[in-house]
Parts: sequence; C-alpha cells; structure tokens
Amino acid sequence: MNPPALVALADGSVFEGRSVGSTGDSLGEMVFNTSMTGYQEILTDPSYAGQIVSMTYPHIGNYGVNPEDDESSRPHVVAFLMKQCCPRPSNQRATQGLIEYMQQHGVIGVEGFDTRELTRRVRIHGVMNAAVSTDDLDSDSLVSRAREWSGLDGVDLVRDVTCAEPYEVGSGEARFHVVAFDFGIKRNILRRLVEEQCRVTVVPATTTAADALALEPDGIFLSNGPGDPRPLHYAIETAAALSESGKPIFGICLGHEILGLALGAEIFHLKFGHRGANHPVKEHLSGRVLITSENHGWGISSDHLPDCLEVTRVNLNDGCVEGMQHRELPIFSIQCHPEASPGPHDSYHLFGYFAELMKRHAA
Amino acid sequence: MAPEDSPIVPKRTDIQKIMLIGSGPIVIGQACEFDYSGTQACKALREEGYEVVLVNSNPATIMTDPELAERTYVEPITAAVCEAIIDRERPQALLPTVGGQTALNTAVELAERGVLECFGVELIGAKLEAIRMAEDRELFKRAMDDAGLAMPTGYFVRTLEEAQDRQRELGYPSIVRPSYTLGGSGSGIAYNAEEYERIVRYGLDLSPITEVLVETSVLGWKEYELEVMRDANDNVVIICSIENFDPMGVHTGDSITVAPAQTLSDKEYQVMRDAAIRVIRCIGVDTGGSNIQFAVDPASGEMMVIEMNPRVSRSSALASKATGFPIARIAAKLAVGYTLDEIPNDITRETPASFEPTIDYVVTKIPRWAFEKFPQTPDILDTQMRSVGETMAIGRTFQESLQKGLRSLETDRAGWGADKDDFDPLVVSDKEVRENLLNPSSQRLFYIKVAMAKGFSVEEIHQLTRVDPWFLDRLYEIFELEQRLSSADVLDDSQLLRQAKEYGFSDRQLAFLQGCDERSVRRARESHGIRPVYKTVDTCAAEFEAHTPYHYSTYDRENESVTSDRKKIMILGGGPNRIGQGIEFDYCCVHACYALKEDGFETIMVNSNPETVSTDYDTANKLYFEPLTVEDVLNITDREQPEGVIVQFGGQTPLNLALELEAEGVPIIGTSPGNIDLAEDRERFGNLLRELDILQPENGMARSLKEAKEVAARIGYPVLVRPSYVLGGRAMVTVYNERGLDTYMATAISVSPEHPVLIDRFLDGAQEFDVDVVADGSDVLIGGIMQHIEHAGVHSGDSACVLPPFDVGGENLRTLETHTRALALSLNVVGLMNVQYAIQEGTVYVLEVNPRASRTVPFVSKATGRPLAKIAARVMTGRKLRDMGLAEQFVPRHISVKEAVLPFSKFPGSDGILGPEMKSTGEVMGIGDDFGEAFLKAQLGAGSALPASGCVFISVNDRDKEGVLPIARQLKAAGFELIATNGTQEFLAAHGVAAERVLKVHEGRPHVEDAIRSHVVKLVVNSPLDEQSQHDDFAVRRAAIMNGIPYTTTLAGAKAAAAGIQALQRSEMSVHALQDYLREGGG
Repeated sequence: MNPPALVALADGSVFEGRSVGSTGDSLGEMVFNTSMTGYQEILTDPSYAGQIVSMTYPHIGNYGVNPEDDESSRPHVVAFLMKQCCPRPSNQRATQGLIEYMQQHGVIGVEGFDTRELTRRVRIHGVMNAAVSTDDLDSDSLVSRAREWSGLDGVDLVRDVTCAEPYEVGSGEARFHVVAFDFGIKRNILRRLVEEQCRVTVVPATTTAADALALEPDGIFLSNGPGDPRPLHYAIETAAALSESGKPIFGICLGHEILGLALGAEIFHLKFGHRGANHPVKEHLSGRVLITSENHGWGISSDHLPDCLEVTRVNLNDGCVEGMQHRELPIFSIQCHPEASPGPHDSYHLFGYFAELMKRHAA
Repeated sequence: MAPEDSPIVPKRTDIQKIMLIGSGPIVIGQACEFDYSGTQACKALREEGYEVVLVNSNPATIMTDPELAERTYVEPITAAVCEAIIDRERPQALLPTVGGQTALNTAVELAERGVLECFGVELIGAKLEAIRMAEDRELFKRAMDDAGLAMPTGYFVRTLEEAQDRQRELGYPSIVRPSYTLGGSGSGIAYNAEEYERIVRYGLDLSPITEVLVETSVLGWKEYELEVMRDANDNVVIICSIENFDPMGVHTGDSITVAPAQTLSDKEYQVMRDAAIRVIRCIGVDTGGSNIQFAVDPASGEMMVIEMNPRVSRSSALASKATGFPIARIAAKLAVGYTLDEIPNDITRETPASFEPTIDYVVTKIPRWAFEKFPQTPDILDTQMRSVGETMAIGRTFQESLQKGLRSLETDRAGWGADKDDFDPLVVSDKEVRENLLNPSSQRLFYIKVAMAKGFSVEEIHQLTRVDPWFLDRLYEIFELEQRLSSADVLDDSQLLRQAKEYGFSDRQLAFLQGCDERSVRRARESHGIRPVYKTVDTCAAEFEAHTPYHYSTYDRENESVTSDRKKIMILGGGPNRIGQGIEFDYCCVHACYALKEDGFETIMVNSNPETVSTDYDTANKLYFEPLTVEDVLNITDREQPEGVIVQFGGQTPLNLALELEAEGVPIIGTSPGNIDLAEDRERFGNLLRELDILQPENGMARSLKEAKEVAARIGYPVLVRPSYVLGGRAMVTVYNERGLDTYMATAISVSPEHPVLIDRFLDGAQEFDVDVVADGSDVLIGGIMQHIEHAGVHSGDSACVLPPFDVGGENLRTLETHTRALALSLNVVGLMNVQYAIQEGTVYVLEVNPRASRTVPFVSKATGRPLAKIAARVMTGRKLRDMGLAEQFVPRHISVKEAVLPFSKFPGSDGILGPEMKSTGEVMGIGDDFGEAFLKAQLGAGSALPASGCVFISVNDRDKEGVLPIARQLKAAGFELIATNGTQEFLAAHGVAAERVLKVHEGRPHVEDAIRSHVVKLVVNSPLDEQSQHDDFAVRRAAIMNGIPYTTTLAGAKAAAAGIQALQRSEMSVHALQDYLREGGG
C-alpha cells in the first residue's frame, strides 16, 4: 500500500489518504472539478496554478496520459486529489500512467479518502486554503499551515506561467494575424485559432499595447490564466489601451476578467467557483443553451456593468455572466472555455466569430 | 426557468388531450422500464394540465392505475384497437416514444394506415420520418453516411442466396440481424459457412418481412452508449455515458454495463459526444430522449455508430436511475413544447434541466438470466437478448459497485465469488477456462475469477474475453485482496476489514473466507466502528445542494442521509425481475408507498432494480438503492430506525430475509414472519389444515430418493414434485411413474436433509382457483376469486385466469370463501394473502397458501377497482377494514381475463408446453362483457390473434381425443377448415367430424410444419403426450411459436379459444376505459 498523505483544510478538517504522486508538501487554494474526463488537461491548464484540485469523479488515471493532451508544457496544479488513482492505464493513446507522470512532474497526488465530503465542504463553506503533505502527518500542524498561509488573493500568478519570449504558431500563409497575450494560455486555444486561419504571435503577459500593435495584428486575444485578476495592473492597462485601438479583441476567462476591469466592470469572487464540463450557458443572440467547460473562481458582476458593455451569455445555474461584448467596438469575451479541452465543443463557433470580426474589421 | 409557483399553463395550448401507448406485457427485451417511463410521462403531462388517454394491456403496471390518466384503456396494443380508441377519445396528439418498441411500431402503423391523419392526431416527440429513419437500417445507414459517421458494412438480404453472395465481402465472423424483431430476436454471430446458413435461415424465418441484415463483425470492440436529449430549440445534452464491460458481440441487454464510461479520454469522449449530437439531429428526433450505441476499436480508437433508439429505452431508464435525471419525465415535457432550460432540475431545484449530469460514483448494471428454466437452451450470450431482468448497484468505486451488484442479483452469490459456489481451480481445467472466457455466458465473470486463481495473467484473460484491461485490473485487485482476506485474521484487523468493505466485500463473503458466520463478521465490524455511510445521487457530484433523498451506501467517511423524527415505514422491494417475480411485486411496493405517504408516514424504499417505478426518486419519501440482503437492510434500519418494515410485498426476496431481520430486532409489520413461514412449512401447515378441516392433496416430504419413492408410492402416481422454498414452481414437474421420479431426482435437483423435496398428489383434470384477500386480524376482505382456464398441473403464473369465475357452482364458491376466511384468521394474516385451490369432482382442495402479495394482486385490483395493496399496507399500520368501509367482496359485472406471455421464441430448442414450472415473463389483461370477448382481447394482447376463419390444425393425445370432439364440432360449425394428423383425423372422422389429413414431419412433405410455416394454419391445438413430448409435437409447437401462430397445448385452452373465436365472429371488439368499467360496475 502507498505511504500515507494528509490533506488539511483551513476550516480544520483533515483527510487521511495515500500518496500516489510526488512527495513533499504544498499549500494552495482548495478547489474541486466535476469533469468525469480530462484530468490531464486539467493538470496542465495553467489556470490551476496555485490550486489544489480535487476531482469529484472517483476513478482518475484510467486512460493514462499522452503527449497530445497536454494543455501546456507541464502540470500547474500544486496537488491533485482523487478517490482512486489508476496504476495502469488502458487506452491506445496512453504513453504513461498518471502516477508516474505526477511523480515525474513533481505533482503531489493523494488518493483514498472521502473526496465527496471535501467537495461538500468547499461547496458549503466556500473556497478555502489547504495544505497537503506526505511528510507532515500531524493534523494540527498541517491545519495551522493551511490557516497561516496568505493565500492567492492579491497575488499575481500570471508572471509564473506566462511565456518568457514571444513565439509564433500557425502558418505564415494564414489569413489573420493574432497577437495572443499569454496569461497562461492553453494549447487548444492556439489550435482553435490556427483552425480559424490565424497565425498567432503569443506574447508575454507584460507586453505593452504599443509593442503588441507594432506587430500589426488583425486581432488581439487575451488568454485564460490563473488567480486573482486585480493585481494584474499592467495587463489591465494594456487591455484598456488596446480597446482604444479599434482592433477586434477576444478574451477568455482571465482575459475576460481583465478586459472587464479595463472597461470599467467590477469583479467578484465566486463562493467556490465553476470548475467542470457540464454547465449550461444561455447564448442570448441565438437563444440556445450550450454546455460549457468551466474553470473560474472570479466573475464579472452583472449589477455594475458599464454602459459600453452588454451581457451576451449567462450561466443558467447561477446567473453568472459568461460572456459580454462591447456595444460599439469589435470586442467580446467569454468567461467559460470555448476551446473546451476538457469539455464539450459546443462553443467552438466563438473562434469563428472572432475570425468573422477580424474579417469585417479588415474590410 | 419554469415559474414554479405561478399557475401552470401548458406550453402548447393547441392540444389538450394526448394519447400515450404503453409497452404491453413484460417480455424479454421490454420490461418494466417502460412502466417507469410511461408513469413518469403520464404524471408530467397531467402536471401541465393535459388530459391523458392511455393504452396498455399490462394490468401489473402502475401507469394503468385509473388515477394515473383521465382515460385508461387496458386493451390489446394493436393498431386496430388504438384506432377504435382514437375514434372514441379524439386526442389531438400521440406520444409514441415512452412505450418501447411496441408503442413505436403501433404508432408507425397508425400513421401509415392514415389513422392519425384521418383523426387529426399529431405525433409528438418523434415524427414519423424520424422514427422510420432510425428504425430502418438502410435509411439509417444513408443518414450516417451523410453525417460523415462510420457504420459496420452490411447488407439487407431477403434470401439465403443473396446472403451467401455478400458473405465473401463480410468475412467471418459475421453478424446476422433479422429486420423488425424485438431484443435482437433471431440474430447471431456466424463463424463459418454452416453457422452462417443456419442463422440466416432462422433469421429470415423470424423476420416479419423476411429480411435480415448481414454485417461485418466488430466483435471485441469496446461498446458504448450515450443517452441524448434534444428540445425544440435544438438544445442537445448528454445525460449519461455507459461503457459495456462485455465488448461487442453480447447484446447490451445481456452485458454488464458501467456508467460513466471509464476508458475514454476526454478527447475521445468529446468526439463521441459530437457524433451523438449529429446523429440525433440528422435523424430528426424533435424532442425527447434517444439512445445511441457506438463501437470503438481498442487498437486504433476508430469509432463506429451501431444503432439508435429514437425513444426512451431500457438504457435511458438505467441512465435516469444512474444519474437522478428523469429522462422520461423531461421527454414528456419537451414533447409539449418546453425547452430544457425552462424545466427545473427537481433534485437541485435551483438549476435547470439543460445540463449534463456528472456523477461521483460508479454504477454497474448486471443482467439476470433464466437459463435454468430452459435447460434445452445452452447458456451462451450473443447478439440476441436473453436476460429477464437486471440489477443496478452504486458504489464509490467500480470494485464496490460490481460486488454490490453481484450480491443484488439474488443468484445466491455473496458477491464476486468468495462463496460456496466458486469454481474450484483444482477441478476446472485450463481448457474449460479458456473456452468459457472465449464464449460469453452468464458465468463468464466467475470464470474470469477462476482463471485468475489458476494463474492466468490479466493480459491472457483480456486476449480471450476482449474485456478491457481496465476492468480486468480492477477485478484482479479484488482477487488479490481476497487472497489476503482468506489468510489474515480479518476480524481483528480493522484496517484490512475496512479495505475489504471499501472493495465491496459483503459480510457473507468475509464470513466464508474466515470460516465463521455472517453475524460474527457483523459484530466484529461494528466493534471496529466500520459502518457504511450513505451518499446522495444528486446529478451534480455535490456541486449543488440536493433536495431528493436518493441514497446509496459506501464505506467512506461522511454520511449524508439525514434521518427525520417522522414515523417511518420501510418497504423492501423485489430486486431484479426474474421469471416468477416481476413487476407485480413492484406494483404492490409502489402502492404501499403511495398509501402510507397519504396516511402521513415517511416511506422508505429499498430496492436494487433500476427498471422499476419503486426506484423512481419520487415514489417513496426516501430511496435507498441497495442490495436486498440482511447486511444491507440492517445497515439501513440501524440508521433509520423505522416504525415498521414491510416484507410481504416484494415477493420472495424480502421474505427470505424476514426471519433473520426479525431476529435482529427489526420491526416487521403485518403478518408475522413466523406465520408466513408456517404456511411454507408443509408439515406445520398440514397440521393447521387438519385442525381447520380443510383438505389438501395428499402429500409428503422427502429428504432422500428412497423417501421420495416411498411417499410417491403411498400417494399414488401421477405426483407433483418440487424442491421446498422456491418461487415460480422452479424445477417443479409432474411425474407419472417411478422411472420419472428417478430421472428427476437424479438430474433436476439436489435433495438433502436441508433441502427436502415436496411431493403432492396430482389432481388430474381439476379446476384451479386463486383467491386474493386482505385481512386485518379480525376481518377478511375477499379481493377477488379467479378461475384458471388451464386445469391443474399448469403453474398458476402461466395459466390464463378469469375473474369472476365462470364455471363453478355457488356452493363451491362459498366453500372457497369460508376456507379462505378461516385460513386468514388462523394464520393471523395482517395484510395480503393468496390461496390457491383445486376443485376436483366437487371436492375443494387447498393447494397453497401464501400470506403475502401475490402475482395476481394488480390484476384483481384493476378488475375490481379495489387497490388491494394499498388497503393491505394501511391494514399493516393498524388500520381496520371495517373502519375503511371495506368488508364486502365486490364482484364486477364485466369479465376480466389474465393471460400469461411466454418467452419460448427467445430460447431456441425449448418446447412450448405449459407445466408446473413457471415460464412466463409477463401478463396481459382482457376486459369484456362476456368471457369470449375478454379472452379474445387477452389473447390479442398477448400477441396471439385468434382467427375469424381459416384452417385449424388439431393433434391431441389419446386422453384428450374425447374432449376435443365438441371443440372440433364448434370450430367446424364456425366455418373453419380442420386438418389433423393420422390418429386424430381418424378419431374425428369416426365421430362424424371431417378433417383433412396432414402428414407428420417424418411422413414426408408437405407436412404439418410446412403448413404452419406457410401460415395456412391459423390455429394449432396440440396436446403433448403424457411424458416426454415426441419430436413431431415439438416441431409443431416450435413452428407455431416462431411464426406467431396461436397455439394451445391444453383442451381447456382450446375451449377458451373457441369461445374467443365465437366472440370475434359475433361482432367487432368494443373498447372501454377502465374508468367506465369501474363506474358502471359500481366499484
């Protein structure tokens, strides 16, 4: 049997499990994800930086991991929790087992405890800080560490995950040139953009508006990313400047929040966030309900939206703003993840819509 | 979102009255899941203010309760009957998608005949075009091609020659599927030319349009199903994904299936999801649910579409129970114009139905087979469905869920082995193991276990079974743990004990492995504080608060089942359906929930059958989806502390637990388990009858072959022999001499001091009766007296019966009543009781007393309008019949006939004769103003349309020759042409009835079988010889079964058929709603 491991929440609850990944300890924000598939995408999604992710589906690791399904170059979660981790994958695409992968990439993994109880705690009491350890097996000590940790509020996590240097994806022949601000961009976003005839120049989060515009893009993309958007003054300022350029702008998740702050919207912290692949979102324009991939802890407040913005999509579970657009400028953003990965492809058409805006703008 | 508190306005106001077709009798491939779906649909539509007109011939359904619809027609489900109902009721719409294939086919026929157009009835849910496209494989294939989705290569052929032409392209193995048969009837896998020819011939025979699909095989590919819903706004959601443990090659209904899918990565799952959405859109199912099957090549990941059902299905019922998302209910609302986002999710209340449920547990469905009932049919699983029921189990892990499922099956297994029935690795050869891994059967899972014990590697087992290694690895983990559990002192090792419980090991398995009794394990477990907790099925993996207490047990930390201070009654259900224990018992359990809810109790349902209404989350106040074992039930009673537990409604399943539960202090209400037991105990019961001066057929009990011979000799042959404590007359036979007794005792059963056999005098030619009553300890309410149409010797579950009795003297009836009252009072029955009687030459014998719900309770309740199970439930909580104003028996003016529906066509090689062992899977009810009409309707409902003219084939044994004469005369007078084989023909001729002679099978061609196959013969009267039926008789009956020609094997049946034919010739059948019958009858 695997060595013991402990998960302690700031509310004082402690879960005894077994270590299935890397060893050591870590502190993070405790969140849960309700997707039944897609653990590899979740592990490698930079938006999870700083977070301890608990999967609600009990069997994780069943189909192993493979190089194609990485959403970035490495895992970003600080610890990964599950009911039962599969020691041997079964899937024709698998190149490695999940346990080995976590060990290789230094992800602490814990299995074998009541993950549903943990989920319910987070749902009832809200997102909280937590500590995970395979070394410190003293409950009181671990709970104190979780409590003493300063947490993610006000912390700029983007600097840890953004690219160091600009890079380019897509063909030189592509119809559009997009400058994508990397706040922690997922690979499938790039794939979707390339699919829509885009050449994408991915630039570091701190790139200025002037530098971005100097690349002569047809459109600007503001990516997803981890953590609290409020400390990202540089990005908010850049977004504000870019919005005055008249270029089409598309933001996803953190990009959507940054855009909102740049245009005068207010944001709020969701009680326990949206993380899963099954949320219904109503698209006002078409009247359709789309099943979306979600991963956000912050949202744009619909009550204090500036006049220039209108809500285009809402989450039918809780009324949360899931999409907005500028009333005059070719600017729109989406809180959930149209690129899916993991999750349903229902919102893929939004990338097409971005291409359409660029086409119209160019004309 | 739908305004919850504002007055409900139907979304579509242009329709007010909606017709809904049920699925008729329970047959293999179409079981009570359609009662569950139909009941939900009825409720959902009425909630929206629509009037519902319901047609269903199955009296044991909840949907045919007169309160469930405005107009309930318990009439045969045929296009002609439905047309008459439409004419009478003038509905504006027809919802064809909640009554299985039967409803869908009937709706298509109504549309094609122009009936719907003529009366202005709109098909809602699925339009004719969509149904056709989904059902017609050629159109479906074309649609899939257009949508860019792959399907296995296949061709429709109408002759053997054509089939052989196509064979080269397909290669072996190839799949053969007859067109338009239910549950894959007649389909098979051919590995060589000989098999190919045989299966194609058989399939062509079986297909009503003489057509089979021959297909390239995707045998061994992984099999998946997605449950999809679509609304009028084209919103599509996936409710559930299901992965089959058994790969392609075994019918889904016969496969162990697991939700959600386990071995698809998100990338692959999303591709499948996209494909499913494309399928439902391109087929054009406007609104409602569909089930789409896929096959995936485990080597390349290539995906193919296998088929779709444009309606709710067995899988959608499973998906509803697995996720908490009520597919049929939502489908009904979508059909009247709501969109998914306008319908609230009942479980979370605050979120809408337009989402995709996510689950945080594993659901395993395991089929229940009945091969033991059809010994001529080999235990092999292929593309034709053979299971008669299923069980579902929920666990936090696959290991736990599988083991819970296996102990829910009630096949006397304690889980995945670790019980006395495990194969012995020293006895079973490697060869036998390999064969049984290669060829799927009901026992394959246990062969996997013995393979592991014999050292086969997971890889080897995978190669042979093609079961995904993920599942095999989990099995291996259970296997490994079992090894540790048998060597260690588990009862002292709390950590190991806990691990065993987390892996789903039952106390019974642990007791077996430790060589102690179950009670010791229980005590040890409790002393370590190891008790299960109850989690909630909430559609959302705890992301939102759940408001429906739908629970399952697991060995985890946090318990979510909140117990209330209310007075609680717990009702134990019947577990998986099987022959002998089906929907009738679930009906009683549901009624108990309804009645006691009305009386202000908190009702708690415990059951493991996903097909049922009882396991709908809103039937009882609280639902525990759990195995019905002593351990699992005690765990719940410990937590809930109910005022009372009802064991007499769920059939044999809860009764088997009653004594042990009572010994553990569980408050069983109603008739005491001791008295229930007394009625089953031949010796004690015999004494009681003597005290009451009631006769029973001479009988005895034997604990060895020698004793059996002595008893039989004393009683005199023929005798009825059977093992004690069985339901449905399992292994019961009529034995005519000592040689027969030898054979039976040697082959059919094992007799031992613990398992004696019962031997009864066989009352030849006696008439049988069933009496259902409710008693409260002081009064006895006779619910109904039914007369069997078949004579004694045919199991009551297989015999047609009529209420009120049609052919018995008043004095005898009074004797039945007096005896029944005396029995009920002396057994101190509180609740239901069923007594079976035989009257032979004016003497009344008691055959059997069952102080519990019987199979006929729903039938009697429908016939008389008296809800016996509800009354009984109330009586059990202390209410008195007298106070409820229910002292007098009510005898309706109309005649009701119940007919059994038999599964012989699904069991190649089985003989279609009725005997003391029950073989039927379901029943129908026919109601009429006279016996003939009621019988005719019952026959029609059972799928055997009596002819108005044509040719009747008669061949009877010598005993029956005299008796068949008046019937032959009557048929002749009715204008029928008679044909008969040699002996019968001569006998008839000698008595002045002309019949044409037809050759027996061995006499040359064309012979009688040809006449049946070519549908020249419209009715077969064929009584078997006294002992083993001869080859000819067998061939005749098989031909009749496979060609759907009505046939009877008894004179009584023939006589009834003649009466039915008379009614048919006299007039057109009239249709009446149950509500009218009951009003007219004054019930």
